[in-house]
Order: sequence, then structure tokens, then C-alpha cells
Amino acid sequence: MAADQLSLVFGALADPTRRAILTRLAEGEATVAQLAAPFSVSQPAISKHLKVLEHAGLVSRTRRATARLSRLEAGPLREVTTWLARYQRFWDESHERLDDLLAALQAAQEDNGPPEPGGDSEGNHDE
Amino acid sequence: MSKTAITAEPGIPMIIITREFDAPRDLVFRAHTDPDLLVQWLGPRDLTTTIDRYETRNGGTWRFLQTDAEGNTYGFHGVFHGEPSPDGIVQTFEFEGASGHVCLQTATLAERGGKTLVRTVSAFQSVQDRDAMVASGMERGVHDSGERLAELLARLQAS
Repeated sequence: MAADQLSLVFGALADPTRRAILTRLAEGEATVAQLAAPFSVSQPAISKHLKVLEHAGLVSRTRRATARLSRLEAGPLREVTTWLARYQRFWDESHERLDDLLAALQAAQEDNGPPEPGGDSEGNHDE
Repeated sequence: MSKTAITAEPGIPMIIITREFDAPRDLVFRAHTDPDLLVQWLGPRDLTTTIDRYETRNGGTWRFLQTDAEGNTYGFHGVFHGEPSPDGIVQTFEFEGASGHVCLQTATLAERGGKTLVRTVSAFQSVQDRDAMVASGMERGVHDSGERLAELLARLQAS
């Protein structure tokens, strides 16, 4: 996905009403009136949100008889998930390596630096 | 199992990464600030990290390079703000392929029961910068790791 397309998707997802619309559309196609019903906003306001979602490729609109239906397009959402998954893998692998390093460092400390018998165990810090 | 939690809210130019490590706080702090240790874990295994400079102090600058299997090199640099301590490592972070796009990172280390929780908050200049960083800044060497794994397996079988 191009970076500006990604920005459009994130911009579209940034609004709670638009996220609620997508959640509703995940259950199936709906008219503007059906989408507006749960909200205290007007149908023109819902139409504006739908335009943003459509521009981001998250919603497509079809006409059936006299009804204009909106439908969820899940593709871009899947790409957003992939987008984060790569970054997640970078950090997962880094952190697994850090786990190994920390374990090795602690094992080395136990091997090399046992406390002096009878000495104070915390005492080797002053230089 | 993925233990690294990454939060990237839509519309907010931030990334929050949290991860718990089974080690005391001082040691986890050292692994984050001692360049000899840092190069041993930062990035996927197929990237080689080399330190150009690393001054762990208030106002100290750092620069490291990451080289992938094809020999592509990517530079990163930044400045420490305030004396780095387990209570806070504050630094700027800039990918040299996108000069002027700077991110401010704050890492805090909290010990509980011998384990250390590291929380890193990265604040970007814009949502676009944040998204670009995630999309391109750190995916190198990872996207085709399946292919590289196959190559590695072939090499291991040959030797």
C-alpha cells in the first residue's frame, strides 16, 4: 500500500463514528438511513463520513433499485494489519535476541562474580 | 508467542512498545545503553549493526549503521536528552534516509519481582511520519525473511 493511501486509511479510522460505521458494515450492507439510526447525527453527516471511507477504499457504494447501499471493503484493513505485523516482527526478533543476551549476561555474572565468602555481597560497586 | 506489545493508534503520531524481560533493571538498562551490548540484539538477526559513535550522557550523540544481507546500509543517529538512567532514557531518533524527520523516544524501565518492564514511547512529528517509519523504516531484512531462511538452510545443509 502506498504511504498516502495508508494515511487515508488511518485518517478514515481516526474517527469513532466512522469506526462504528465500519463495525456495522461488517455485519452486511446498509443504507444511509440504517447507518444513521444508532447515532444522534443527521443522514447528511453520515453521508460525509461514508465519502471519507469510500475515498480511503474502505467502503464501496452500490445502487439496488431505489436504495443506495454501502458495503465494507476489508482489503485496506488487512494491509494495515500487515503494515504493523512487519514492524512487530522487527521488535519481536530484537527482543528475543535481548532475552538471550540478558540470560547469557546473568549466567556469566554467576560464573565470574560470586560474592566473596563472608564478604558483603553488594560491596564491589565503588571504584 | 508474541510478548512485545505495540500500540499505534490511528490519528495519533505515537508508537508505544512494551516488553517484559526476565532480568534485573540495571542489566536491562546496560543492554540498552552499552553499545557493545546494543549491537548484539538491536534488529533482526540478518541485519548487522555497527556503532559509529555512542555517548551515553546528557547531550551525547549516537550513530549506528545497519547492513542487510545484500550490503545495503542504513544509518540512524540521535542525541540523548538528560542523563540516561533506568528511570528514563530520552533521545531523539532520526533515520538518515529521511533527514529532518525526527522522533522523540522515552524509555522507562520498571522492575517488579526480578523482572523488568520496558516501556518505550515514540513521539513523531506527524501521523504521516509515524506511518512512514512503520511502513518503511524498520521493515528491511524482514519482509523477505522466508527467502533468507531457505538460503540459510541450504547453506547449512551444504556445509
